[in-house]
Amino acid sequence: MEVFISIIIGVLTMCAVYLVLSRSLLRIIIGTALFSHAAHLLVLTTAGLKTGDAPVLVHGVTDYTDPLPQALVLTAIVISFGVTAFFLVLAYRTYQELNTDNMEEMKGTETYD
Amino acid sequence: MKRKSKPVNDVILQTAAIIIFFIIVIFSIDLFFAGHYSPGGGFIGGLMTSSALVLLLLAFDSQTLKTVLPIDYRLMTATGLLIALGTSLHSIFWGRPFLTHAYDKFHLPLLGEQTLHTAIAFDLGVYLVVIGVTMTIIQTIGESE
Amino acid sequence: MSVLHLAILLPLLAAPFIPLFFWGLKRIHTGWFVLIVPVLLFTYFAGYMPTTSAGEVVTKTVSWMPSLGVEFTAYVDGLSLLFALLITGIGALVVLYSIYYLDKDKESLGHFYVYLLMFMGAMLGVVLSDNMIVMYMFWELTSISSFLLIGYWYEKERSRYGAQKSMLLTVFGGLAMLGGIILLESMVGSYSIREMVANQAVIAESPLFLVAMVLILLGAFTKSAQFPFHIWLPDAMEAPTPVSAYLHSATMVKAGLYLVARMSPVFQESPVWLWTIASVGMFTMFWGSFNAVKQTDLKGILAFSTVSQLGLIMSLLGLGAAALHYEGLDENIYMVATIAAIFHLINHATFKGSLFMMVGIIDHETGTRDVRKLGGLMTVMPISFTVAVIGSLSMAGLPPFNGFLSKEMFLKATTKVASMDFFALDSIGLILPIVAFIGSVFTFIYSLLIFTRTFMGKAKFELLPKTPHEAPVGMLISPVILAILVVGFGLFPNVLSHSLIQPAVEAIYPSLVAGGEEVEVHISFWHGLTPELMMTIGVVLLGTLLFWQIGRWMGIYNRIPHRLTLNGMYDGSLVWSNKAAYRFKDNYMTGFIRSYLIYIFVFLSGMMLFTMAWLDLFNFSFENLAEIAPYEYVLGAVVVLAALAILFMRSRLPSIILLGVVGYGVALFFVFFGAPDLALTQLVIETVSVALFLLVFYHMPDISKKEVRMRFKIGNAMIAILVGATVTMLSFMALSNKSLTSISEYYKENVYELAAGKNMVNVVLVDFRGFDTLFEIVVLSLASLGIYTMIKFRTTRRTKGEGAHEAQKQTRQ
Repeated sequence: MEVFISIIIGVLTMCAVYLVLSRSLLRIIIGTALFSHAAHLLVLTTAGLKTGDAPVLVHGVTDYTDPLPQALVLTAIVISFGVTAFFLVLAYRTYQELNTDNMEEMKGTETYD
Repeated sequence: MKRKSKPVNDVILQTAAIIIFFIIVIFSIDLFFAGHYSPGGGFIGGLMTSSALVLLLLAFDSQTLKTVLPIDYRLMTATGLLIALGTSLHSIFWGRPFLTHAYDKFHLPLLGEQTLHTAIAFDLGVYLVVIGVTMTIIQTIGESE
Repeated sequence: MSVLHLAILLPLLAAPFIPLFFWGLKRIHTGWFVLIVPVLLFTYFAGYMPTTSAGEVVTKTVSWMPSLGVEFTAYVDGLSLLFALLITGIGALVVLYSIYYLDKDKESLGHFYVYLLMFMGAMLGVVLSDNMIVMYMFWELTSISSFLLIGYWYEKERSRYGAQKSMLLTVFGGLAMLGGIILLESMVGSYSIREMVANQAVIAESPLFLVAMVLILLGAFTKSAQFPFHIWLPDAMEAPTPVSAYLHSATMVKAGLYLVARMSPVFQESPVWLWTIASVGMFTMFWGSFNAVKQTDLKGILAFSTVSQLGLIMSLLGLGAAALHYEGLDENIYMVATIAAIFHLINHATFKGSLFMMVGIIDHETGTRDVRKLGGLMTVMPISFTVAVIGSLSMAGLPPFNGFLSKEMFLKATTKVASMDFFALDSIGLILPIVAFIGSVFTFIYSLLIFTRTFMGKAKFELLPKTPHEAPVGMLISPVILAILVVGFGLFPNVLSHSLIQPAVEAIYPSLVAGGEEVEVHISFWHGLTPELMMTIGVVLLGTLLFWQIGRWMGIYNRIPHRLTLNGMYDGSLVWSNKAAYRFKDNYMTGFIRSYLIYIFVFLSGMMLFTMAWLDLFNFSFENLAEIAPYEYVLGAVVVLAALAILFMRSRLPSIILLGVVGYGVALFFVFFGAPDLALTQLVIETVSVALFLLVFYHMPDISKKEVRMRFKIGNAMIAILVGATVTMLSFMALSNKSLTSISEYYKENVYELAAGKNMVNVVLVDFRGFDTLFEIVVLSLASLGIYTMIKFRTTRRTKGEGAHEAQKQTRQ
């Protein structure tokens, strides 16, 4: 399972990097969203998968999955939502001000305004 | 949303949205309170509530939502932050380290034996911040044209 | 926190209130309020004199960063007390002088006195701290306050230049010193100077002994303006004269001397220590005095003379190390070098302080410091003239002033070198007394120049910007006090010997006085016809001759082209490094965010793969892996295909939907992994963010269908595959090397007992790791505020959509 997920993480990261390197702002934002998915899975996977029941105390159960990476990833999910939203609005405003979403055309625009 | 006047009157969506809104909100409140014992908590509850609000926003429009629920979501965020900070700070006055929580069992009318926990108050802060933040974002973007 | 700590910090604590006095009480000169601080501190520190002269030390510790071994330990012994008294005593006189020197209506005194107090506190911290990290912190603070004070008249270009130069050089030295401190700590295991002295043998045996020593000395040499780092001091003269008198002659530049004296017990058994300090100091002494003669600015003369005098004291501290190589204290004639160093340190503060103040007076009353315009002021400024003569003659080393005594001792110490039979001092060492002699001759000449050029000769009042007259009484108080001290210490030197000099010298030789012995210090005028007296007479004769014939040999100063001087090299290196930095920056800062991301990605992958290869971590062994259910294969395939499909999408809507598919797929994975909280959160977040994407993308253009070059695509794909593979490798590596057990066991065991909860994830979030959550919601709030401001507050108002852009373009045309 872990090996399988690791490969999925690799593919997700690859797609994310490819998108982030492209010229379109939209694709860059989609890339960052994919990045966060890959990172969340990575944290969970390296801690070991399915090592026990869900980390909610139940009488008689002794093996639980590690709650710490889950808590960390939960924090990360919410933060990445905030960051994605911020990026989106930044892109939107950039487009409004500069009338382009091509990264190459944006080069050096800060000096003109 | 350049088209200002809606040509179609989404009666079905709007009626359904109101009912679903209440169901989601009640579910989210349950999730929030259950958080300490079963899956749920401030984050999930908050997100759930805000998704219900987003549903309303989609079914009607932001102006209607504002008149029905006149909430300043930025104020909500600030309140949530204050509550969270306050519950983390209270332990300092008892000579304990920052963020030490306390709990005890109380006998409440109607509800019987219940555990009251300051962590719930902290979680309430999280809950309010999450709703405040999500709604601020959605509302400002929705209103921007 | 003891009274001693408060005393050190008092100037820093008082500083914030100074601007209040400046703005609130305009009628009274702010300096009067400031004056209270040094006067109070001086009396406080004077109270320590009986303690230190009895050979005792006072130590007070406040815990600061105990886990890092950084304690704020205040340590008062003879050496630190001497410096503390100098700092507060001269400080009080300088503040008093500045009240008359700086006009309260024209200058921003609020700034000035804040900087001055900051310096005073920092300097006290340097000399009274036992912990070297704390000392380093104060040390850099003195550099910063010196920078601010030199640049006080920041509208002048020369001020800014001088401030920058002093900052660059002293901070460079400070950083080198920090390196030395860390090396010493690694040898001894403590930042405490006392510990280092106690473990001197350990340090001496370390292979890094020399490196640590050179680094520490770099700090001391840059601060004390030793050759070739002396070039910052003349440019520092752009500061207001009270500052020059205080920082750049009496106190700050002596921090380097303090450091050398303080570190002497640690290093002084090494021949390198003795030779480096003695020769650098001696050459600085010669070079400073040689260059002082050609200066036309009075402050320039004093600056180079300060360089020269600092070199003199430095070389004495180096030579003093010779005393360790003789047994016993009786008849240990080599100790004379250290005694002379301490004595001259005090003397220099008095006579140079008075001279600086006198120059300030001349500048203030005539409007110029250029000796070519000055002359004949003796009749109009008799008191200033007297002060100048006393200061100059003391500096020249003539009786009956204190400079004569310490200069004699200096010459005596250098002549003794010849009779030392170690470190090759009896052969090559002979050059030291010769250089000392030549340096003294030039010292004699510039000392004469100072008062003959300004006060004697023909009066040229018509060249002066102002009509000269004697300075106000208040301005004369401080220089006159110092001049009285010059004479007083000259006539009764032994006032100082037991109370100040002896404890300070004992602090430099802890090993010699370990047995309860005492260093006998007795300074006397007449020793008989000793070699040093003959040298003094020689200096006077040769100096007078050269002074008389000065016009004939001044030409030698024009022989060195500017490019080859140290200042030329400094300026050139600044220009060069600026250019080189720009060129380097322009090469990689292309302005395309893509290039920056490529640097990051390639570096990340490179570092990771290199480290893994280096540590031989490619032997993956997977044990105890979880099972895979068939439906999980299906889900995995869906996620992978959806992610890959995004790459080929050319319009926004399918992209968003596919992103949603990936998100919901990940949420399902969370369900399978036994993470219900995550799954719930991910589901809701995914819903909300898809809505958000739709909202925003609605207003954005579609992904451009313009053909992108194939090379561009292939390059991106290569990097993407590289990073993806690296991350997979990283995950494999983590899976096959589980060396530590998870800290979660604690959470699992205590979730009910300590936190009365059952959902561990939630308890970790709100209770065990509540701090993370607290900051997280702060970050979230910031993000929402950022979004709010980006949309609601715009710098440019545009009417609507694209029409506005068109309209704007048209108006531009």
